[in-house]
Amino acid sequence: MSDGPEADRDNKSDHTSAARNVSVSNTAFMVSLGIIGGTYVSLIVAMLVADTWYMAEKSVNAAEAANSWTKLFVENPIAAALTDRKIRYSIWLSLTSCTLSAVFSLLVAVPIGYLLSRHQFRGKRLLDAVLDIPIVLPPLVVGLSLLILFQYRPFAWIARDVVYQLPAVVLAQFSVACAFAVRTMKSTFDHINPRSEQVAITLGCSRAQAFGSVVLPEASRGMMTSFTLAWARSLGEFGPLLIFAGATRMKTEVLSTSVFLELNVGNIEAAVAVSLIMILAAVTVLVITRRWGLRDVTV
Amino acid sequence: MTVPAGKYGVLMGRTGSGKTTILECILGLRTIETGTIRLADEDVTRLNPAMRGVGYVPQDKALFSKMTVREHLAFALSIRQASNSVINERVDDLAESLNISHLLERTPRGLSGGEQQRVALGRALSFRPRVLCLDEPLSALDSETRKQMCQLLEDISRKEQVTTLHVTHNVDEARQLADCLFQLVDGKIEPLETAIKTT
Repeated sequence: MSDGPEADRDNKSDHTSAARNVSVSNTAFMVSLGIIGGTYVSLIVAMLVADTWYMAEKSVNAAEAANSWTKLFVENPIAAALTDRKIRYSIWLSLTSCTLSAVFSLLVAVPIGYLLSRHQFRGKRLLDAVLDIPIVLPPLVVGLSLLILFQYRPFAWIARDVVYQLPAVVLAQFSVACAFAVRTMKSTFDHINPRSEQVAITLGCSRAQAFGSVVLPEASRGMMTSFTLAWARSLGEFGPLLIFAGATRMKTEVLSTSVFLELNVGNIEAAVAVSLIMILAAVTVLVITRRWGLRDVTV
Repeated sequence: MTVPAGKYGVLMGRTGSGKTTILECILGLRTIETGTIRLADEDVTRLNPAMRGVGYVPQDKALFSKMTVREHLAFALSIRQASNSVINERVDDLAESLNISHLLERTPRGLSGGEQQRVALGRALSFRPRVLCLDEPLSALDSETRKQMCQLLEDISRKEQVTTLHVTHNVDEARQLADCLFQLVDGKIEPLETAIKTT
């Protein structure tokens, strides 16, 4: 073992070399991560750009053919979709049903999320697992299961008013969206210090008062996230709707069904136009969630 | 363990020895299987936490993030449906005593550790509790703030004439504040010498 300044210099040199090695391997690691992540991000962006490009191309071609650039703004596929009575109905039904589904999801998600986050009880793990079923089940199976469920009493008593009717749209959307809302609310309550609630109780609150005056205000951002996630999930729902609510125009047709129906009749421009409207709605929801909701919620 | 009315009791014990559990039992947040808890000669062992009249300052302060300091100080009285004039008078009085009058319209976010501790103390004292339970209230503070808070705790407990139980593992803190001192060892509470206050 060597001593003195020379040894110190050697040690420093070794450390510098080691640090450089770490730096090199770190760069390679970061580049690998960047490539893997970048590939997926590129795919998402490319899909959105392709839709927009396709629509722009069709609009320009139509305007050139008609030799009138003013038609670019009034006769493009999106404008045509927005003036189509059937599409306008599906937009209205989508907005209404998604909002109802998100409200119902939140009403169910808040108590269940709170229960799962705060309390230990027999069967908790089972309940937790059951709540994940709609997330992992194939969407068509959810629709089929709902359809079969309404064959049996007591559901059969109201089947005529539900199945292939408007309530079926909301119920099909709710069945899946609620599971996501519950996960979000559980995560929200997990992040709230239970001690705040206990302090509120020692200050004179009942459990309900502590929940209403301390826990719920603290969970407001999570509730916003939960609502918007449920709304966005409902907007994208298709499989259960097709099986349980059908795809009847001007009746149970929502935006996702419109895309399917327009594709079926070969009207690709209209299908892409409706898709772009859905993308716009989804991005709006995403922006709202990012701006006002929780950013660190895990679902 | 008995703390005489109006006195400042300090319970010492190592980390993990069960000090917080004892406070939770006194507060009613945890049920006890044997023994009794008496506050001013009233057996409160089976009483709901909300009915016990015990103020609580937890170790992590547990302030309500969406409420202003004023709302914190008014919270317990609002729950008891006190009139606005009573609430305002109490809030102003406490804020002045705790030197947080300038913070009344702020939320806990951005307050220093010492300021947050004073807000938590004010919230616990606002409804004039029979007993005040403090769980390691000075543990996260720097030495200067700790000295100031020690003095403040001494002054405010005397002014409010509230029986206080303060748990800590810090001997200096205990020496400065305790009228009566207890130690928790192996799950048993043993009284140490009383009136050891150095001030």
